[in-house]
Amino acid sequence: MAGKAKKAKIDRQPMPEQDPKVRARNFEEVPHGYTPETAMTEASRCLQCKKPGCVAGCPVNVDIPGFIKLIEQGDFQGAIRNLWAKNSLPAVCGRVCPQEEQCEGVCIVGKKGNPVAIGNLERFAADYERENGTGELPPQQESTGKKVAVVGAGPSGLTVAGDLIAKGHDVTVFEAFHKAGGVLIYGIPEFRLPKDIVASEVGFMEKQGVKFECNAVVGSIVSLDELFEEGYDAIYIGVGAGLPRFLNIPGENYIGVFSANEYLTRSNLMKAYLFPKYDTPIPIGKNVVVFGAGNVAMDSARTAMRLGADKVRIVYRRSRDEMPARAEELHHAEEEGIEFYLLTNPTRLIGDEKGFLTGMECLKMELGEPDESGRRRPIPIKGSEFQLECDLAVVAVGSGSNPLLTRATPDMDLNQWGYIVTDPKTGKTTKKGVWAGGDIVTGAATVILAMGAGRIAADSIQDYLTLGW
Amino acid sequence: MFKIVKREVYSQGTVIMNQIEAPKIARKAKPGQFVIIKADEEGERIPLTMADLDMEKGTIDIIYQVVGTSTAKFRDMKVGDAYQDIIGPLGQPTHLEKLGKVVCVGGGTGIAVLHPITRGLKEVGNHVIGIIGARSKDILIMEEKMRLASTELHICTDDGSYGHHGFVTEVLKEVLEKEDIKLVVAIGPVPMMKFLTILTKEYDTPTMVSLNPIMVDGTGMCGCCRVSVGGETKFVCVDGPEFDAHKVDFEELMLRLQAYVPQEKESYDAYECGGACRTAQ
Ligand SMILES: Cc1cc2nc3c(=O)[nH]c(=O)nc-3n(C[C@H](O)[C@H](O)[C@H](O)COP(=O)(O)OP(=O)(O)OC[C@H]3O[C@@H](n4cnc5c(N)ncnc54)[C@H](O)[C@@H]3O)c2cc1C
Ligand SMILES: Cc1cc2nc3c(=O)[nH]c(=O)nc-3n(C[C@H](O)[C@H](O)[C@H](O)COP(=O)(O)OP(=O)(O)OC[C@H]3O[C@@H](n4cnc5c(N)ncnc54)[C@H](O)[C@@H]3O)c2cc1C
Ligand code: SF4
Ligand code: FES
Repeated sequence: MAGKAKKAKIDRQPMPEQDPKVRARNFEEVPHGYTPETAMTEASRCLQCKKPGCVAGCPVNVDIPGFIKLIEQGDFQGAIRNLWAKNSLPAVCGRVCPQEEQCEGVCIVGKKGNPVAIGNLERFAADYERENGTGELPPQQESTGKKVAVVGAGPSGLTVAGDLIAKGHDVTVFEAFHKAGGVLIYGIPEFRLPKDIVASEVGFMEKQGVKFECNAVVGSIVSLDELFEEGYDAIYIGVGAGLPRFLNIPGENYIGVFSANEYLTRSNLMKAYLFPKYDTPIPIGKNVVVFGAGNVAMDSARTAMRLGADKVRIVYRRSRDEMPARAEELHHAEEEGIEFYLLTNPTRLIGDEKGFLTGMECLKMELGEPDESGRRRPIPIKGSEFQLECDLAVVAVGSGSNPLLTRATPDMDLNQWGYIVTDPKTGKTTKKGVWAGGDIVTGAATVILAMGAGRIAADSIQDYLTLGW
Repeated sequence: MFKIVKREVYSQGTVIMNQIEAPKIARKAKPGQFVIIKADEEGERIPLTMADLDMEKGTIDIIYQVVGTSTAKFRDMKVGDAYQDIIGPLGQPTHLEKLGKVVCVGGGTGIAVLHPITRGLKEVGNHVIGIIGARSKDILIMEEKMRLASTELHICTDDGSYGHHGFVTEVLKEVLEKEDIKLVVAIGPVPMMKFLTILTKEYDTPTMVSLNPIMVDGTGMCGCCRVSVGGETKFVCVDGPEFDAHKVDFEELMLRLQAYVPQEKESYDAYECGGACRTAQ
């Protein structure tokens, strides 16, 4: 085996990608993925640290040097099994985790050069298994006869379902939409996370015995107490942060103004990008503005470009450094020709007599002192108003807690923003037999944090089902 | 899958009733609530009110007017066929309370939405005056059901082919002149609700309308269904569908309903030409 000094000389293997000009107009996935050869080369860059920073930087503590070692040795089956021990959705996480802030951000190799491409390797191992694997199911314990209800089929709920089915419990997932996957299916676009992958992960769980009841809005068709009456022993709530936030500025109800939730749901879940083959329409904006600068904003902007826009602008009131999107998403958006109007705050939307959006008024901002979030507060510059033309606007400035389920469950405590209060060590809510986690507890966060919360709750539910509350 | 067990055709084929097996929804639904329904994999999610339900049989009834692709798809489904997805019950149930004399006004397919509310209001002890209208006699729906559901029933047709010759607003005006009306419930095309609201404002009679914006999820997560009520933005799917008519911005609602007219036409033409041009796309 080569020495450490020599290893570090191999450059980070670039991810092969679709050409920006081509991909800006199609919905196919942007990166193609590593070949087995590039994966093994990349894996050889890992120094197999004794105290690996990457593992500590991973919210679910994946054994990163372990699975990378197996890839280096060409044992791809072993690699995926190693990943599954901590992460039930590696094909998803390899694609959407903010690695630069987590594992790769603290990778020792990154101190002097480019960090090991942990995300790309994770994705490789999962894709290899999906395409070439034996389809062998993870080991499952004998049936316990206990019934668990999971509310919400997002990454958080899916993690709980996967963990508890393996422990031998009878698990049913109730999902409000007609398809399982949560944000993975309705929010994150096809070009970033192909829906076949999500469907295959859900299918894998079905094969293990998890039951999915879609079209079931819990709180409406059935209450939590009724689920207990039906014989469920424990309930996990992972309903996400499904309440769109608007700007509350004049003109927001003009036709052509969308919440990111609506715009992305039409395109992704309802497949409006394939209209009229699919029945759900989506307007093709020629001159599009997107408010916000997180992943949701990037996804909206890049979707608008792919649908046929001439011009897509991200309008954000802070500066580049404060943009919350993943580095890769920003980079991809820029490559695809998305423009950035930074330090710009929309104050009013303008429309015509038929109610259609025609433009907007904005104000220039400058950065002042840091605010509660630690980011420098944007302050309006007096008299800097200007107008921009636009025929489609997507509001992607965050989301809140959807009260549909929580209002129907008055005996469960919420915080002042309507999120469910839980014990962070167990995920227990204040209602007996009920756990919660993911975005409905933390507010909009990340896939991996939602999964981590699911893992903690699944362990606690297991204790409850075997030992008591 | 949600199987159609019974199908009836009204209004010369333009309005259709489907009775559908949906036992869990039937067990929970209350007057005024709706479902989101989708025919097949490619289908759109559209909102329809439950016009009736049978808890024992586990069925719900929907009554819809054929206006575009989704409703045309539904029209082409036969007894034994199944809808892929039905989500519900959604929206706030009608607040049913004994008030005294109330009027329930329905126009077009709005009558289907109005019927369970009318019946509910009578069941809690109100004297219910029903007023229903259509362009002409042969497209009027649910006369018998509405007669049973209300204490007294007035009928209007625009062309005078049946009942009062004229609009529902004219009959309502007469009733408001003569009687002490505690509440008017009005459901129908937006222009009808708008004009009726102008009238009841003059008489200071509390009025409730059921709004029908375009929707996607029906659970408050997208904001597509937003309307302005008393200057505030409300989501019809979770805050409604019923609102105080005197506060609703009907103009905005009418405009927003026009959001997709070119696409709706493109989709409908593609569907009606027999699917051939759909696959050719
Ligand atoms: C457009 C977009 C892009 C994103 N990009 C990234 C990214 O690149 N990387 C990253 O890490 N994170 C990203 N995120 C954030 C991440 O997707 C979320 O943090 C994560 O999905 C939260 O998981 P969850 O399981 O808590 O909830 P969700 O994924 O929101 O799933 C909740 C599920 O519960 C269902 N539900 C809601 N109410 C009910 C009810 N009453 N009854 C039954 N079911 C119900 C919902 O329909 C949904 O399917 C993105 C989010 C969005 C919207
Ligand atoms: C809470 C609620 C309850 C409803 N209940 C009923 C019902 O019981 N029976 C019934 O026939 N209809 C009802 N509607 C209206 C019904 O949802 C629409 O007619 C349907 O979505 C049309 O779909 P489509 O694809 O066939 O037509 P599209 O091609 O979508 O539309 C064709 C035409 O109908 C108009 N339209 C589109 N969507 C709506 C809408 N939501 N409301 C009114 N007009 C619309 C369009 O402006 C267009 O001119 C209800 C709507 C809501 C919000
Ligand atoms: S920190 Fe980097 S080099 Fe060290 S084990 Fe993790 S991936 Fe390998
Ligand atoms: S239909 Fe999406 S919020 Fe009402």
